[in-house]
Amino acid sequence: MTTQTQGISQSLTMEAIQTKAVNAAARVVPMHWQILTLKALVSAKKKIFGARPGPGAFVEAPVPDINTLAIEDVDVSNPFLYRQGQWGAYFKRLRDEAPVHYQENSPFGKFWSVTRYDDILFVDKNHELFSSEPIIVLGNTPEGLPMEMFIAMDAPKHDVQRRSVQDAVAPRNLKEMEGLIRERTGEVLDSLPLGTPFNWVPTVSKELTGRMLATLLDFPYEKRNKLIHWSDRFAGTAETAGGEFTDDSELFDCAADMAREFSLLWHDKKARLAAGEAPSFDLVSLLQQGEDTKDMINRPMEFLGNLALLIIGGNDTTRNSMSGGVLALNQFPEEFAKLKANPQLIPNMVSEIIRWQTPLAHMRRIATQDVEMHGQTIKKGDRVVMWYASGNRDERKFENPDQFIIDRQDVRNHISFGYGIHRCMGNRLAELQLRILWEELLKRFDDIEVVGEPERVQSNFVRGYSELMVKLTPKQQ
Amino acid sequence: MGKITFIEHDNTEHVTEFEAGTTLMQIAVDNAVPGIDGDCGGECACGTCHMIVADEWFGKTGSIGDAEEQMLSMTPERAQTSRLGCQVKTTAAMDGLTVHLPEFQM
Repeated sequence: MTTQTQGISQSLTMEAIQTKAVNAAARVVPMHWQILTLKALVSAKKKIFGARPGPGAFVEAPVPDINTLAIEDVDVSNPFLYRQGQWGAYFKRLRDEAPVHYQENSPFGKFWSVTRYDDILFVDKNHELFSSEPIIVLGNTPEGLPMEMFIAMDAPKHDVQRRSVQDAVAPRNLKEMEGLIRERTGEVLDSLPLGTPFNWVPTVSKELTGRMLATLLDFPYEKRNKLIHWSDRFAGTAETAGGEFTDDSELFDCAADMAREFSLLWHDKKARLAAGEAPSFDLVSLLQQGEDTKDMINRPMEFLGNLALLIIGGNDTTRNSMSGGVLALNQFPEEFAKLKANPQLIPNMVSEIIRWQTPLAHMRRIATQDVEMHGQTIKKGDRVVMWYASGNRDERKFENPDQFIIDRQDVRNHISFGYGIHRCMGNRLAELQLRILWEELLKRFDDIEVVGEPERVQSNFVRGYSELMVKLTPKQQ
Repeated sequence: MGKITFIEHDNTEHVTEFEAGTTLMQIAVDNAVPGIDGDCGGECACGTCHMIVADEWFGKTGSIGDAEEQMLSMTPERAQTSRLGCQVKTTAAMDGLTVHLPEFQM
């Protein structure tokens, strides 16, 4: 073992012991105090033993031209590939020359990349060959905070936990919510400035996803910005996905705040249920009703992990598809004309937006045994990254894959939701939110013009925007 | 050549002709029966070709494999005689089969 992997495996063992201690204390000590204790512990440990080896902070430099690199030096973990518009050329080279590619020296350690559609589907489907534990992004979980979430669990534990919450976003319940989503979308759109540029990302994309999350969780509506803040902080960690945040102490503060708010919500729901209130369909209530999840509050790392999963899962994804659709229609104006002439295309366009944007670039697995792919041997224990962003642009699967075509025939085959037992649980909610957004936009505006270059976020996981300046032209009455 | 009837949730019937060997999902898609997405194209990996076989026909549709069972278990609309259409390869013995479509696909 290298020093790096040794260091990591030692700290993972310590974290397993720590999680047991946290669970034992959960019945007597408030969860947010525990998180703050962990913060102190990790900070002390770092002072004595030094920090666990990790990628550290990323400083932006121009990404090298793909044609100047030897194939073994191609490193798609670089968190600036997307921001600098180089990701397309990088992944095309891997798909063509090295569809199962080994990178030995990335800041995140060694990993395999799988970049063709069919191969990604193979890895995603064969979950007994490729484990999702302990985390589904390229990097590591932050030191001392090993949150457990069902997306990063294998069967059978995964299946049980997923089943206990999936009803919250089941299509049957979404039908009930459609009116509420439309009303809230309309409120936001009616408040937008006309004829003057504004940043679409916070004003529309973030605002709408924040409202939706608060609704799904039955989280205090006036505190909904906290959900966005936590999600951005967790998803933007340098160590896990090359994000901009390196200050772990701030991460613990977020986790502690989240622990406090969700413990309050949990106990409030419990009390209301005990007082005879009818059970509702929000996520927390569903956890309380599931046989295997009803005591999750006593397992803080699992409790926090699963709530973080639901927040992150419903945040960056939908938000960046809401921005990406506007950008795509501006880059392909003939498609905007097609859409206005035929709004019936909205549902198909929504799938095309999700394909074209691919808001989450990848999912990571660990091989549970040696696996042969394209003449390469992936060894037991190796990290394997499925690059959904590449699979969605695989010319072997999609015709003219870089084109945005709102009436594309086979678009529902896109791989943005993943396939197999970990397939996105919120897929129908995402489609619903995007469909409503576009239906309501077309009712109100003749044009949504992008003015200026968008700002893209730093990450090898989230493919998103921090700024998208637009100008609205209201519909002629 | 035989006939298979798909019944939508609102009771709209679609009578289709089929050649043995085609899957139920493919027959539905080829005949533009609404309510079958088949997102993964028949790989048993998305659960969006969920169908509920009429009781009396269920025994003729073969056994449910592990992968299918796992995908079905994630479907909120699952019923006693649920199958994924892509995993049911038709045989001559299925002439006259009736399947119901759920209101929603996962």
